[in-house]
Amino acid sequence: MPMITYIEASGKTHEIDVPVGHTVMEGGRNAGVEGIVAECGGSCSCSTCHVYVAPEWVAQLPSRDEMEEDMLDFAIEVDAERSRLSCQLRVTEAFDGLVVTVPSEQA
Amino acid sequence: MEKIVIVGAGQAGLSLAAKLRKLGYGGDLTLIGAESHPPYERPPLSKAFLLGKVEQDRMQLRPPSFYAEQDITLLTGKTVTRIARDDKTVHLKDMSLSYDALALTTGSRPRRLPTELGGALRGVHVLRGIDDARALARACRPGRRALIVGGGYIGLEAAAVLRGLGIEVCLIEASPRILSRVAAPETSDAIRALHRTKGVLIKEAVGLKHLVGQDHVEEARLSDGTNIPVDVVLVGIGALPRDELARDCGLATEDGILVDARGRTSDPAIYAAGDCARFSFAGHSTRLESVQNAIDQAETVAETMMGQSPIYAPVPWFWSDQFDLKLQIAGLSRGYDTVVAREGHRPGAKSFWYFAKDKLIAVDSLNDPASFMLARRLLARACPVSMEDIRDGAKDLKSLMNVS
Ligand SMILES: Cc1cc2nc3c(=O)[nH]c(=O)nc-3n(C[C@H](O)[C@H](O)[C@H](O)COP(=O)(O)OP(=O)(O)OC[C@H]3O[C@@H](n4cnc5c(N)ncnc54)[C@H](O)[C@@H]3O)c2cc1C
Ligand code: FES
Repeated sequence: MPMITYIEASGKTHEIDVPVGHTVMEGGRNAGVEGIVAECGGSCSCSTCHVYVAPEWVAQLPSRDEMEEDMLDFAIEVDAERSRLSCQLRVTEAFDGLVVTVPSEQA
Repeated sequence: MEKIVIVGAGQAGLSLAAKLRKLGYGGDLTLIGAESHPPYERPPLSKAFLLGKVEQDRMQLRPPSFYAEQDITLLTGKTVTRIARDDKTVHLKDMSLSYDALALTTGSRPRRLPTELGGALRGVHVLRGIDDARALARACRPGRRALIVGGGYIGLEAAAVLRGLGIEVCLIEASPRILSRVAAPETSDAIRALHRTKGVLIKEAVGLKHLVGQDHVEEARLSDGTNIPVDVVLVGIGALPRDELARDCGLATEDGILVDARGRTSDPAIYAAGDCARFSFAGHSTRLESVQNAIDQAETVAETMMGQSPIYAPVPWFWSDQFDLKLQIAGLSRGYDTVVAREGHRPGAKSFWYFAKDKLIAVDSLNDPASFMLARRLLARACPVSMEDIRDGAKDLKSLMNVS
């Protein structure tokens, strides 16, 4: 299973094996990563699953679709390059080693 | 406080339990649910789950390990039958539990079709829980004919899914238009047009006279005089708050358990949140049925239980997926007098902005998440927004957020 590293805003780090086909959001939420709130359960409607992907990963992930792009437009503390909605990132083997950081505020 | 009992293990009950632990509550915490499943998300029941696209364990709000880790006693398949307020005890069939604080997060139940109209025939479904969705999915094999009674969100979402499963779908709505309780004619028009393109037969201002069948439903007689053959009926005519426990023990109820802005009922040891609770919103008595409300109101209750003084004054939000349309709603449109349409910046994206006496109160976004998110921000900060701003297609609405 691909291993993903989640870094909470506090700095606390979780290394989690996430099944292929699940989303990065599910991996974090199910492991209790603080700040992956995911109120809408992955429907691309809340933005409380916002994460920053590590800079070296930005280009390796599938790019944002229009829905995600538009949702992020108004999320809190958005980074033009690194911000993603983790519920829109569906894990494949290629995600092994991914590092994401959770913002300090979600809304 | 040593013992907190939560009745109802759904979205609100789970959110309350999780928040209590987060706020540092260290006492006993018991979450009791009548369903045999641990707390799960309901929205997929009329969307991806019904379509067979998501498995049940992916809908769980928390993994099974969460409850032990958080020291939450989760009792599933257990129904609370009575609350004894004088000795602060809840009674179940074969046990009782005492509490220092009690929360009612019992949700709502779907309104059913009366038996006289054929509501007890086999093949007639409602959609509230996983078991309902499973039963409906089983009945919906390709080639069957379905009647959906009620043009609200659940009925329309189910219509879209069933169509996708290769089923002939007729949806009837007794009022003059679909979504009439919750949205403006502009939104109803867009959604009707979408369903018609996809082959759903929508009949508005048409009611159900009754269903006919021996044991299983066979035919529906409609108020417009037509009789249609049907194999499956989904009744989506709204939900009723599960406030019976509260009523029976003498708490103040009124189509829902009455709570104040802190989530307190008329008994200082008892709280309520979610679909079952009624509270004052924007000056009106209100009951909301949404994930947003279940989470935020439950978290308000957690804060109150922990001695804080929160005020629950949400910006409601909601979403609905139908075919390839994502409808996202910010605010509550009740009481609007004017609707202003605006094109989104992507093809096909649009939004409807609801005003009451020149004040923005809600926005429906159709495949237009940017407007939805912006509206949530504008409403949360009570930014002044004029109808002219919205009508002016060239105006960058982001600038409205900076005006204080
Ligand atoms: C098909 C469907 C689709 C939906 N789609 C959306 C959507 O897209 N977006 C959105 O925002 N909202 C949606 N909703 C609404 C949303 O799911 C509800 O508002 C939310 O689940 C309410 O949470 P709750 O905890 O108040 O109630 P529930 O989630 O219903 O939980 C209440 C629980 O309490 C239990 N209970 C009741 N009485 C007792 C008792 N006496 N003893 C023990 N247990 C008891 C019930 O069995 C139930 O499990 C949808 C609802 C349905 C049914
Ligand atoms: S979980 Fe809501 S947008 Fe990702």
